[in-house]
Amino acid sequence: MNPVSKFNWPGWLAFSVLLLLWETASRALPGLRVYIPPISQILASLGQLLLSGAITNHLTVSLVRFVEGYLLAAAIAVSLGIILGYFHYLHSLLEMLIELLRPMPSVAIIPVAILTLGLGDSMIVAVTVYACLWPILINTIDGVRNIERTLVDTGRTFGLSAGRILWQIILPGASPYIVTGLRIGLSIALILVTTAEMVAGSKGLGFFILDEERSMNSSNMYAGIILVALLGYMLNRGFVLLERKTMKWRHGMIARGAR
Amino acid sequence: MRAVKLNGLMFMLGLFAVWELVAQAELINPLVVPPLSKILKIFFELLWSGQIPAQIVVSMKRALLGYFLAAAVFIPLGILMGLYQPVYRVCEVVVEMLRPVPPPVVIPVAMLFFGLGDEMKIFVIFFSCAWPILLNTIDGVRNLDWVLLNTARTFGLSPGKICWQVILPACSPQIITGLRVSLPIMLILVVISEMVGSTDGIGYFILDSQRRFRVAQMYAGMLSLAILGYALNQIFNLLHRRLLAWHWGMMTKME
Amino acid sequence: MPILEVQGLSKSYRQAGGEMTVAIGNISCRIEAGEFVSFVGPSGCGKTTLLMSIAGLLAPTSGRVIVKGQEVVGPPPNLVLLFQEYNKSLFAWRSVLGNVRFGLEARGDHSADAETKARALIDLVGLRGFENHYPWELSGGMQQRVAIARALAYEPEVLLMDEPFGSLDALTRLDLEDTLLRLWAELKTTILFITHDIEEAIYLSDRIWVLSRRPSEIVQELQIHFSRPRNQVTTRTEARFMEIRNDIYRRIANQDAP
Repeated sequence: MNPVSKFNWPGWLAFSVLLLLWETASRALPGLRVYIPPISQILASLGQLLLSGAITNHLTVSLVRFVEGYLLAAAIAVSLGIILGYFHYLHSLLEMLIELLRPMPSVAIIPVAILTLGLGDSMIVAVTVYACLWPILINTIDGVRNIERTLVDTGRTFGLSAGRILWQIILPGASPYIVTGLRIGLSIALILVTTAEMVAGSKGLGFFILDEERSMNSSNMYAGIILVALLGYMLNRGFVLLERKTMKWRHGMIARGAR
Repeated sequence: MRAVKLNGLMFMLGLFAVWELVAQAELINPLVVPPLSKILKIFFELLWSGQIPAQIVVSMKRALLGYFLAAAVFIPLGILMGLYQPVYRVCEVVVEMLRPVPPPVVIPVAMLFFGLGDEMKIFVIFFSCAWPILLNTIDGVRNLDWVLLNTARTFGLSPGKICWQVILPACSPQIITGLRVSLPIMLILVVISEMVGSTDGIGYFILDSQRRFRVAQMYAGMLSLAILGYALNQIFNLLHRRLLAWHWGMMTKME
Repeated sequence: MPILEVQGLSKSYRQAGGEMTVAIGNISCRIEAGEFVSFVGPSGCGKTTLLMSIAGLLAPTSGRVIVKGQEVVGPPPNLVLLFQEYNKSLFAWRSVLGNVRFGLEARGDHSADAETKARALIDLVGLRGFENHYPWELSGGMQQRVAIARALAYEPEVLLMDEPFGSLDALTRLDLEDTLLRLWAELKTTILFITHDIEEAIYLSDRIWVLSRRPSEIVQELQIHFSRPRNQVTTRTEARFMEIRNDIYRRIANQDAP
């Protein structure tokens, strides 16, 4: 097997070629320019929006909504998930209800939220919480249920209180699953925030992108999209880094082939 | 076990009963949460009159077109990328650049190009379903055992035949996973795109009902969406069981 | 003319670190049509590499392989290799019948007879009644039988077998050895067998080549003259059997000495 360089030369080359094609085609064909402005123009718009602060307000608004919705969902879903995962009776009681609500796409809740909460921040946070709840909840329940009975019994044999069992055994044991749920919830939160802002917002990145489209400012629209993508990317990276720091034991296990 | 399941059912029915009573007694604003009976009544009315089915058909036409288009493009691409490392490397950067874009954000772009028509939704769904299908297909191909490939070679099969008769069937479980993950994504995106920019479809129907304060109708729409989601899942499983009977048997045996 | 000839075959690999490893040093041999020959050697001596090279799945670093007068540059049409990991080699999406039919299809036989032929082969390997089962439903020994039936459906003139019974339990192994001999006697295929089980090699073969450690070479060639059909009890208890076995064992064990 030939040693392959770590840096993906062909990939970046292909990407650069595509960008170059984009730039030249866009400049050459005036008809195209409205729909697909040259990259340079888009990047210039992005720079201008950031520097002038025109987009900062939208960015912070979206970010705040995202953080609120995500953290609230995480707090509720993890707690609820642990309870339902541990107390099988409660879970089977609610199981049918959960299975009934699951197939409905969370976005369908937006009109209800508008009806009850109007068109503001609380509506957007509420739908974000609702949507993120599911993956985190279900993964947490799975994680808790998958904990070996022997682990819990070991704790009890050592005379650990319920609280300590929770903290020292259940949470670490279920954490791989919980982390998976949290990661899925991360992308869902971003999706919901931007969607809700598009459907019924007056501020925020989602609204901004749609608004610029309506005004045919395609350059700004693409700039906004790039910003959202960057945001999503950085959130994801941040999450992965955080996970790596806190879940070192798991990575070690995986590396050694344990399961 | 049965007793427990029954408890779950009773609990749910109890919840519904409470809902009904509370709504009828107008303890909650009936404009926000109408009685369950009213919702169900309107749901069945709209079902029989054909209004809800019509909207669902409209939505599903767009959704499925986008879904199958994505499958038709990204499964072959995934196979190529999985088999040939050079192809993978060339495409990798572009894919990694496009992946973090949250799918709904593509809607305005689609609207710019296609206006408010069917093409806009099809494009959005095509883009959104791409990544799970692509990545799962690549994974499936990469996890192919060289023993399988060499077996095909030792029997003198041409590359084309190897692909069709060996690689595709062997990867089909993983490809199915990608298609399965994309199914709810398809549904979510068709609803979103209809809420943001459409004049028909089930997503538009729900939002429009809200705007006109036809609240029971809105909930009826949501109910039909939930049923649709459930039905799609069941149909998918049915097809899985039929087309990949061998895999289904293997999977269910492992449990 | 020998049906298979290996001339000065050698094979080297570049390792992950960049250094070259010589798997096969220099191997030359001749096999006549209808023979049952075995290669025996210590673990890791490159037996699988040898078979893969002969089967045209790997290109030799130097030397060549000639099958029926034609030099091997890719998988030759009248030769089939049976892999050690049968569970990874069988097609999970086809039933037993489907897998065996694949062997026929690969030969270009899409006739109406194909199914009958496949069923006959399934019967021949002792799996009658299991035609509609899927591989995951079968035991290891049964899976290997399916693999054998599939290979035979291809009607190869040369059958290469890479430690086919290595991961089976002892009793299944003995059973399959006899099944194989029965099939070989009936179909008169040439078989090239690889095993680390010395006694198995002696029991099955007409000739044995003993391989050295890496870089592997042939260190000994033996003719095996026991009468056929072989018998698990009588053949194995012949005095000569143990002598040959000890001879080969010493030959291989000596290679461990520094």
